[in-house]
Amino acid sequence: MSGEGTGLALQAVDAVYRADSRRVLATLIRLLGDFDLAEEALHDAFAAATEQWPRDGVPANPRGWLVSTGRFKAIDTLRRRARFDASLAKLAEQLDVGSGDVPGANNEELEDDRLRLIFTCSHPALPPDAQVALTLREVCGLTTEEIARAFLTGAPTVAQRIVRAKRKIRDARIPFRIPSKDDLPGRLDSVLRVVYLVFTEGYAASSGVSLTRPDLSAEAIRLGRLLMELLPEPEVTGLLALMVLHEARRAARTSPAGDLVLLDAQDRSLWNREQIAEGVALVERALSSRKIGPYTLQAAIGAVHAEAPDAAATDWDRIVGLYDVLVRLDPSPVVELNRAVAVAMRDGPMAGLALIDVLLARGDLSDFHLAHAARADMCRRLGRTADARASYKRALSLARQDPERRFLERRLQELQSDTDTRRRLQ
Amino acid sequence: MKYLCLIYNEEEKLEAMSQTEWEALVGEALAYDDELRQKGHLIGAQALQPAQAATTIRVRTGEVSTAEGPAAGPKEQLRGFMLIDARDLNEAIQVASKMPQARVGSIEVHPIVESE
Repeated sequence: MSGEGTGLALQAVDAVYRADSRRVLATLIRLLGDFDLAEEALHDAFAAATEQWPRDGVPANPRGWLVSTGRFKAIDTLRRRARFDASLAKLAEQLDVGSGDVPGANNEELEDDRLRLIFTCSHPALPPDAQVALTLREVCGLTTEEIARAFLTGAPTVAQRIVRAKRKIRDARIPFRIPSKDDLPGRLDSVLRVVYLVFTEGYAASSGVSLTRPDLSAEAIRLGRLLMELLPEPEVTGLLALMVLHEARRAARTSPAGDLVLLDAQDRSLWNREQIAEGVALVERALSSRKIGPYTLQAAIGAVHAEAPDAAATDWDRIVGLYDVLVRLDPSPVVELNRAVAVAMRDGPMAGLALIDVLLARGDLSDFHLAHAARADMCRRLGRTADARASYKRALSLARQDPERRFLERRLQELQSDTDTRRRLQ
Repeated sequence: MKYLCLIYNEEEKLEAMSQTEWEALVGEALAYDDELRQKGHLIGAQALQPAQAATTIRVRTGEVSTAEGPAAGPKEQLRGFMLIDARDLNEAIQVASKMPQARVGSIEVHPIVESE
């Protein structure tokens, strides 16, 4: 083949790798029943493609070719190792049965394999941090180093999590299967939680110098789109809507100096209208189903904010109504806190403060910095400066993220200068 | 594959049950045993005597130490086990989650080491 042809063939390998390597991997995991063997086979298959496609031309069905080549390579590997470990010979034999046809070549089967992979990686028998790491590694194709950087941990820690998870999948026999209809709702919760965790870590990083990590959010949205394509359940649509609507506000969420800007103070001209339109359409689709879940409700709240010209003109009554349903459906202290803030916007700070004080007295949120920050804000609006200062200080002692700490410090200073001004006027 | 399901309960909670509640739970558990046996899932099941009857054995640097009571935490105690056969962990979890004891206590599912 000419030099130009070689270049084109290598470009084709590259393009298939970028678009389809995770699909091919998912199918190899199903066929070989082992993550490590499948990863090795994937690597071997692409190595073979780089060698053969420039010489023999790009095959008509590149994915099918890669799956079938990877499988042969794996059987080869097992046979070679069988010289040292007799039990592998049997496995190689089993895998070789029916290898005449190209397995998993049709697209439907490949897509099912990706869904199987997603469910296996977020299996509830695996620890939550391992579910996230494994999903990012196997489904999204991030390297161990990239995952470590995103979660501010060391690569060896992430690598160990992944190795342990794979070992448990093999030893406890966690199946590579889409859950049965009865198990689906619970298992889907687990998948959605993983996707949302990846998103929130990218959108509101739990610690560190920077407020957001856009690459992680983008990865989560990509996962959400993939899931919606594979499993069009209303809550999948709801979660995607929620993420897209949050993402639409990203540019307005931090000041050029990297400081946090709260929703009511955001420059709404910076909101991404295209993403808002997509998010709103997705919310409407999810709401039109008869199964409305917590993600859809949160997305619906996000849509009300997104459509309001400013904080004052927001339909707070509708937002409180949506929180009422959410509190019933998925009760949590944080949801109640958000509801209290919405009530304060609708009925004034006194009403909100009463609700927050009840919540804090219950003790569930006493270590949550945002509860104290919200309380401080209500006290500030009511002119109760000493109470406001105490609550901002408590919030500051609990906040771990630099931009959030700077925000709280600023508020404390403003409080101080307000008091000074008032003193001078008196 | 074989899985050992360890059944943990809070003994205080069980003792606080009324006679009718207790008999209903036992009846349901026995019926589920029969169902699992018929389906070929159940290899063996036994209830245990109260936790204080247990002894925990540890061997450290060649020395055997025996301690009264179970090894698990103070709240829940191991009350029984079931050895089951299931296709994979999903099926084992399905079987375990239908054990009535799972509602009052918790069940640990342990994969059994397979011998070739």
